Amino acid sequence: MSALEHFSAPPRSLLARLLYGVRPWEALPWLAAIVAFFLFPGYVPIFGQILIMTLFALSLDIVVGYCGIVTLGHAAYYGTGAYTAGLLAVHGWSEPISNAAFAMAMAALVGFVTGAVILRAHGFITVMLTLAVTVTLYEVANHTGRWTGGDDGLRGIDMAPVLGRFEFDIYGDTAFFYALAALFLSFVVVRLLVNSPFGWSLKGIRENIGRMHAIGCPVYRRLLQAYTIAAALAGLAGALQAQTTQYVALRALSFDLSGDVLVMLIIGGIGRLYGAFIGVPVYILAQDRLASEDPANWYFWMGILLIVIVLFARGGMLALAARLWDRRRSDA
Amino acid sequence: MNAAAPSLEAHALAKSFGALAVIQNVELSLAAGERRALIGPNGAGKTTLINLLAGRLRPDAGTIRMGGIDITPFAEAERARSGLGRTFQINSLFRNLTVFENVYLAVAEQVGAARHMLRPALAEEEPVARTAALLRELGIAAHARSVVQQLPYGHQRLVEIAIALALKPKVLLLDEPAAGVPTGESGVILELIAALPKDIAVLLIDHDMDVVFRFAERITVLAQGMILAEGPPDEIARDARVREVYLGKRKHG
Repeated sequence: MSALEHFSAPPRSLLARLLYGVRPWEALPWLAAIVAFFLFPGYVPIFGQILIMTLFALSLDIVVGYCGIVTLGHAAYYGTGAYTAGLLAVHGWSEPISNAAFAMAMAALVGFVTGAVILRAHGFITVMLTLAVTVTLYEVANHTGRWTGGDDGLRGIDMAPVLGRFEFDIYGDTAFFYALAALFLSFVVVRLLVNSPFGWSLKGIRENIGRMHAIGCPVYRRLLQAYTIAAALAGLAGALQAQTTQYVALRALSFDLSGDVLVMLIIGGIGRLYGAFIGVPVYILAQDRLASEDPANWYFWMGILLIVIVLFARGGMLALAARLWDRRRSDA
Repeated sequence: MNAAAPSLEAHALAKSFGALAVIQNVELSLAAGERRALIGPNGAGKTTLINLLAGRLRPDAGTIRMGGIDITPFAEAERARSGLGRTFQINSLFRNLTVFENVYLAVAEQVGAARHMLRPALAEEEPVARTAALLRELGIAAHARSVVQQLPYGHQRLVEIAIALALKPKVLLLDEPAAGVPTGESGVILELIAALPKDIAVLLIDHDMDVVFRFAERITVLAQGMILAEGPPDEIARDARVREVYLGKRKHG
């Protein structure tokens, strides 16, 4: 049976597992990042932001794309990571990697506790609960201004050099490579995760939750695990943001940001692992260009862009690309 | 688990939807490896009974035992893990996934591999091998890489059964396995059911009386949520009440 031969020769070593099913084009985003760094030095700070938001959107893709849970509150975990990292640094814990690790753990904890409640619900109730979590955390940060800086944001973050050597500088070079490394490592983990039996079972839950119950899957536990992992990665993104900009805005916990990152992911394509890598740069670079061309109305043009994508590239730009690719192959 | 106890046993089972009593005081006992058919006119409560047994619905009263163990408090997933497999009258598949993935998901749950996070799914030797074996057994190996919703309906029904068999069930509940399949293709499904391993107790719902009478060792007749009759096929065929509520009605169209 030739169709089954595809499913043979399993990889055994760790390296073989990591490289399992990797196609040549998957090197492209990383090459593009490096090339962009050298070609457009003036844009490096924005590229750093893009990398961090890509990590945030990637974590959202686990929840929305793989688990099939619509959330308007993913900023809760990003903000938790950002404030944890920021507050630790303000109080003297300035070593970046352990600082980020702690922020991640905190976001994971918040993700676990809130997820335990959110994932009990279904449909619109879930969306409302995710929203409630974000709004609650936002107000907590807003009303504890003595510690968080409230509306003014958290200032006074001063990070030690990465690995004791690389200072965060005004050009953003260190921030760029620091964020690139964090994104790469996170991506390797997420890629492994979504291709694992665990990741497949998430797709099963997304496709047909009823049948997953009927085949004995502990659906709630599986979703909570995935949700906690996604929260941890969102927290890491938040921590990177706090560390590299030395500032945490209250917006890090907002509904606004939750919506923006969801829009970025939709533009790129949901549940395709690479949607974040397309959607985030397109959104942020378009925002940057439009804001300088037409500072008063740029949000209007972003709206038009989103409408065009939703109408003509249903499923995001990656889905459009996949359709065009299929058509070209069937024509040939 | 008690070897002498019936594979599946329902006692005083009852379920109402609002004022409508759908299942009333149902007693059912399946011996190990038994071939049982459940028949009854439309709206008799057959699918509701299957849903109660499988744990999709909670009974208002009564108990369900498997191998002597009370599984009434078990959720659907727990019952599946204890060896209760079922198929759905209307396909309940992972429509956007491939045939291989559909069956793999069930196998991975059954062998306990589904919680593994850091190994590629296709590098899990046991689930891959068992999925491949099941696909071959059911004659759908050639479609392993096809997305399920693009398959002909008859093949989808086979995937439906493959998922249930992947759980290595001790009890299998088949809700109209050949429903909606063109007659030419339904033969394959019926042969498959006839050839199921002898250690699985099977409860089959079907509307095709030829199928039911050929397949079943015993037949249970459900009417208006109650058990009207139960016995070997020839006895059921002679039963006047059964002919009246079910067989007779069918002949009149």
